[in-house]
Amino acid sequence: MSIDMGQFILVFFDEAAEHLANMESLLLNINVAEPDSEDLNAIFRAAHSIKGGAATFGFADLTDVTHVLENLLDKIRKNEITLTAEMVDAFLQSGDVLQDMLSAHRGQGQPDELAMSATKARLTQLLTSQEDTTMVELDELTIVIQPGETFDETLLCRELDRFGTIDDFTPGDAYSPWLYRIKTTENPEKILDSMSFMIEPNRVSITSSAECQSEFGLFLTPAESDLSVDEGFGFFDDTLGAALSEATAATAEEAGYGFFQPIIEEAVVAAVSSTPAAVTPISRLQNERATDKAAESSIRVSVEKVDQLLNLVGELVITQSMLAQNSLQLDPVLHEKLLSGVAQLERNTRELQESVMSIRMMPISFVFNRYPRLVRDLAGKLGKQVELRMIGENTELDKGFIEKLSDPLTHLVRNSLDHGIEMPDVRLSRNKQAQGTLTLKAFHQGGNIVIEVSDDGAGLSRERILNKAKERGMNVNDNMSDNEVWMLIFEAGFSTAAEITDVSGRGVGMDVVRKNIQAMGGRVEIQSMTGVGSTMSIRLPLTLAILDGMSISASDELYIIPLTFIIESLQPKTEEIKSMAGRGNVINVRGEYLPLIALYDIFNLPAKLKSFEEGLVIILEAEGQKIALFVDDLLGQHQVVVKNLETNYRRVNGVAGATIMGDGHVAFILDVAALVKTAQHLSSSDISRLAA
Amino acid sequence: MDQVLRDSEVNRELLVFALGKEEYGIDILKVQEIRGYDAVTGIANAPAFIKGVINLRGNIVPIVDLRIKFNIGNPSYDQFTVVIILNVAQRTVGIVVDGVSDVMTLASDQLRNAPEFGAALDTAYILGLGTVDERMIILVDIEKLMTSADMALVDAVAA
Repeated sequence: MSIDMGQFILVFFDEAAEHLANMESLLLNINVAEPDSEDLNAIFRAAHSIKGGAATFGFADLTDVTHVLENLLDKIRKNEITLTAEMVDAFLQSGDVLQDMLSAHRGQGQPDELAMSATKARLTQLLTSQEDTTMVELDELTIVIQPGETFDETLLCRELDRFGTIDDFTPGDAYSPWLYRIKTTENPEKILDSMSFMIEPNRVSITSSAECQSEFGLFLTPAESDLSVDEGFGFFDDTLGAALSEATAATAEEAGYGFFQPIIEEAVVAAVSSTPAAVTPISRLQNERATDKAAESSIRVSVEKVDQLLNLVGELVITQSMLAQNSLQLDPVLHEKLLSGVAQLERNTRELQESVMSIRMMPISFVFNRYPRLVRDLAGKLGKQVELRMIGENTELDKGFIEKLSDPLTHLVRNSLDHGIEMPDVRLSRNKQAQGTLTLKAFHQGGNIVIEVSDDGAGLSRERILNKAKERGMNVNDNMSDNEVWMLIFEAGFSTAAEITDVSGRGVGMDVVRKNIQAMGGRVEIQSMTGVGSTMSIRLPLTLAILDGMSISASDELYIIPLTFIIESLQPKTEEIKSMAGRGNVINVRGEYLPLIALYDIFNLPAKLKSFEEGLVIILEAEGQKIALFVDDLLGQHQVVVKNLETNYRRVNGVAGATIMGDGHVAFILDVAALVKTAQHLSSSDISRLAA
Repeated sequence: MDQVLRDSEVNRELLVFALGKEEYGIDILKVQEIRGYDAVTGIANAPAFIKGVINLRGNIVPIVDLRIKFNIGNPSYDQFTVVIILNVAQRTVGIVVDGVSDVMTLASDQLRNAPEFGAALDTAYILGLGTVDERMIILVDIEKLMTSADMALVDAVAA
């Protein structure tokens, strides 16, 4: 019996890719100074799983590289080797190489033999070099010289300088000890040796910061009682060798107060400060780990199955609302049980629908997670210092969007890095911190998800954009509003970067960004202030499948307005409505003049009502613009399944889609954004004139 | 035209429907189902021959009244009005006709090339004429017709 290996290999590829992604995100978040053992273990496990899988399927090259990687990781995890920033770089690089090799095995592209052997060599070299220099890696040593010792201080300083940097120095005299704190990779014995020609070795004690912590704990109580004895040593001469153990006890005690405190401080500082390239958002670790755990207990389901489920639930929602509508005509006394059953069904359907929808929803961290790496690499390349902040990575959005979002978002991030954030010296001269901040933020707003890419860089230059637009012969003038000017950068082939770099500047990015976002039913907005920074926001609908809508009637036709656009509805009074010659009507809503359009006008339906007072006005807002829509009546609120009209027909202006009502009829969902645009022939200047 | 006829199968099965006094035949494989005329939801600003859309078991299907489009027959809607649901170019479209008369098989020797004039339809959409006994059946390329620009069923870009 033969087993089809093909499917297992595919699973391996998927899993390996996941492990690699996991490894990369862990590496990027790791705190080099004091790595979390849990993280190290997770990284090791990822490498180990890849190696195991690769060996099973006979991918010798993958096994080779992961083997070295695994060995090195194992040593780090067991504390035999200390993690360095260089290693993290090497791990990231090998992750890339593994990625390439994986895709090569999948039949996409060729494996880069050179990069492969280079990475292997780099890892091996790290492994061996680390084995030589034992455990002492940039240790902090405290050198204590007994009170009363006479020696040449400057000479000693010079001597110590050779070994490392002197961090702190407290001069002593006949009664108090000399204290040197020094950062060095050297071994304490060696320093003691070199000092011995100036001072007697037994008058000097050297403790490493790692040891002193435990010593402090051990000697705390005895040292207190020894204090008087200890002072005695200081008063009496130094002829007889002091009992070394007691001396160390004393110094450890004395110095303990001095140096234990700073160590804590240092640890805190190390944890808080993030090196320019490596971003270490501490608070994120917790929540990252939580999501990791969740990922472990998941199953793989094809997207088609989920979509099929979603379609079925959609049908169920329609059937349910049909039942609900028909049951309304029944006598509530006679059919009490049936009616409560229908109500129960409605609740269950809604819950079921929400659960099914949530299957398709994924946290945006799937997109965001690639940016720490991108920003780190790019900042290094550009010589800029950038801190990446990510807010709201657990915001969920439709899986379909996740895939389509990464390209446009990458463009925006690269743009901000390249054009937005200035070089460190420029930033300093502008009274900003040398390190720029790039913030990725996602949050829900109404029925939308908003994703913002903001930087605290130079901001867009209105002047340069306008000049560039004139150069390109675009129809612009100096009176355009800032917003209109910013929108120019989305025109094809528009780039104001003085130099074209290989990061961005070719002007192909922004129009593609806008096109992609619009294809998803979203839009891009820019806010910018010269010298302060700029924010690009992407607004996307949460999902396209189901929405809450208000059903309204106009000339016997039924339409659905998505609830998210509705602000309020009111009964108009004749005196509130003013007509503007040839330009339609406006309505005064509590002092604000809004363009008033009638739905039957837009859709060329016969007007049924004779005056505005007979109907209702619904205030809608889209794209920051408000309009008043005149309809005959409000009918009720429904949850509707959005059906695409374009599947079998074509786009209809003013209609975003169709849905099936409870009675089986088709109703159209209004495209509020298009309606708002239609109403804009009433220019804002006309309205402000009226208001004045 | 010869080319079209020779390339096609020797025997074609056709659904024959009536528009006014003329009989038209379409490839039966393009037909999904035949049903009565339901209430449609009118589409704003659409040409008069597009009656609107219906809910066909969860799908939104546009309905075209060929009688209005080709100015033949009398467009009345009652329980005898027939809608043919077609599957053309991966779309589902309904057409309203005066009646469905027959399903028949035409051999290639019963087919003649279409003259350049005479029918209500543009000859570009006519594959040929078939004669069965005393009847003349106009063979229509329904897919080409339904996706044509003057049917306004598909977006200009897609057409």
